[in-house]
Amino acid sequence: MIKEILKILENDARTTAKQISTMTGTPSDEVAKIIKQAEKDRTILKYKTIINWEKVGDEQVWALIEVKVAPQRDVGFDSIAERIYRFPQARSVYLLSGTYDLLVLVAGKTMHEVADFVSQKLAPIEGVQGTVTHFMLKRYKEDGEILEGREEIRRQPVIL
Amino acid sequence: MSIRVQGLTSQRVNQIAPSGIRRFFDLLASIEGIISLGIGEPDFATPWHIREAAIYSLEKGYTMYTSNLGMPELRQELSRYLKDNYELDYDPDSELLITVGVSEGLDLTMRAILNPGDEVIMPDPCYVSYSACVILAGGTPIMVPTNQESNFEISAADIEARVTNKTKAILIGYPANPTGAVMSKEKLAQIAEVAQRHQLLVISDEIYAKLVYGVEHTCFATLPEIKESTILLGGFSKAYAMTGWRIGYAAANKEVIASMNKIHQYTMLCASIMAQVAAIEALKSGESSSAEMVEEYNRRRLTIVQGLNDIGLSCFESRGAFYAFPSIKGTGMTSEEFAEKLLIEEKVAVVPGTAFGECGEGHVRCCYATSLADIEEALSRMGRFVKKHKKV
Repeated sequence: MIKEILKILENDARTTAKQISTMTGTPSDEVAKIIKQAEKDRTILKYKTIINWEKVGDEQVWALIEVKVAPQRDVGFDSIAERIYRFPQARSVYLLSGTYDLLVLVAGKTMHEVADFVSQKLAPIEGVQGTVTHFMLKRYKEDGEILEGREEIRRQPVIL
Repeated sequence: MSIRVQGLTSQRVNQIAPSGIRRFFDLLASIEGIISLGIGEPDFATPWHIREAAIYSLEKGYTMYTSNLGMPELRQELSRYLKDNYELDYDPDSELLITVGVSEGLDLTMRAILNPGDEVIMPDPCYVSYSACVILAGGTPIMVPTNQESNFEISAADIEARVTNKTKAILIGYPANPTGAVMSKEKLAQIAEVAQRHQLLVISDEIYAKLVYGVEHTCFATLPEIKESTILLGGFSKAYAMTGWRIGYAAANKEVIASMNKIHQYTMLCASIMAQVAAIEALKSGESSSAEMVEEYNRRRLTIVQGLNDIGLSCFESRGAFYAFPSIKGTGMTSEEFAEKLLIEEKVAVVPGTAFGECGEGHVRCCYATSLADIEEALSRMGRFVKKHKKV
């Protein structure tokens, strides 16, 4: 049941416990309890929105940074990852397989700000062997949502 | 002197009464900004991988006629699909026919099996084209009333009571449009027994087969000793959101398929190749996208059934298709009055039950293949409407 509830919330975080109760046939207070518990144990991390900031003329600069690191005895990549993700500028941090190890998504107000973060904070961390910075030029799709030119469903008003 | 065209159209066609809800449709077209629960098709566009396969086929020059029966690869995939889903064996070379939607399949079936005056027994209410196709093929539709008390299931005893020496076939379609009813295996088996006792064909329209919630769909042809005399009609429109492609199939005994193909080759030649290529892709890898749709429909179904009951329009819990079929008797209005007033006063479109037969009176069809937000808004408007018009 919890998976069903989480699926509904992931799609629309504003769905109320009462609505979920109707959709799943679980009593409303039971749904509320499950959600509370999921918030408490951090299964649900946060409720947020997907916003197209360009619409209000507020453009943030985003960069994807490939980071090559030397793993350390006992802790592997985790301690270096932690040193990186503690910076609020690092919005997402992932460990990947392949030619580099960590992928860090960085947001800043200007290109300069992002570049400064990489050169002054990220690259000098002990164990970081090299970085490659890719600035994001255009966002087409975010979390499953197409930003511009989403197709309309055109249907006749009544079909028997 | 010019020729008077009136009176020169076919008597058989004239026999089909113009739809009583024409006026309702005209009204509908004149009003802007409605929320429609009147649309009998998915609100999803065809999944991208299916569209992409069709686009690619055009690029590769797939623009020709195909075999009358349909592309061999599609028939093979369909044969495999029916085997995997229902354990049914249909020979792709002689027992399957690709049609232009179930609509064509139904028309071909009736023309292939009926002699003048033959009777076909079917439930009332039912999909609009059932009785029309029978009449156009020279037959006589025999209606079996169904009602909310029996969840709009058709009873084998009621069918048997209407069998005469002219009866040729039984026509059913579950999950049902307009009621959303699903029949259990046991009850379908009773119908199969009636068919066997009286040597009748059964036409089973299973276009909504994939859209069932919390119950299993029983394919009629899987019932004991009934496959040979069953004409199974199916398609891709509802499960894969492919309504506009017009693509479906018939699976039946090879003599029936050969007769149907005779008509098909002279009137349709073949289903469009682009739609056939898309259907191959749907059968090969459409399962997961279809499963997601079903989950989403189920949430909407529970929301609308509960919501309708809450506002005082009693509604049985339909388990299939994407329709709820609430009773509006408490308002004292006829189905048409209800639909018309609701449209004018609250700008919500539902379909009067009488569009689907006399037994649809007292009900309206509400389709929940629309966004949850629209369903909730429609329910709140309908609630206000019912409160205003409730008979004390």
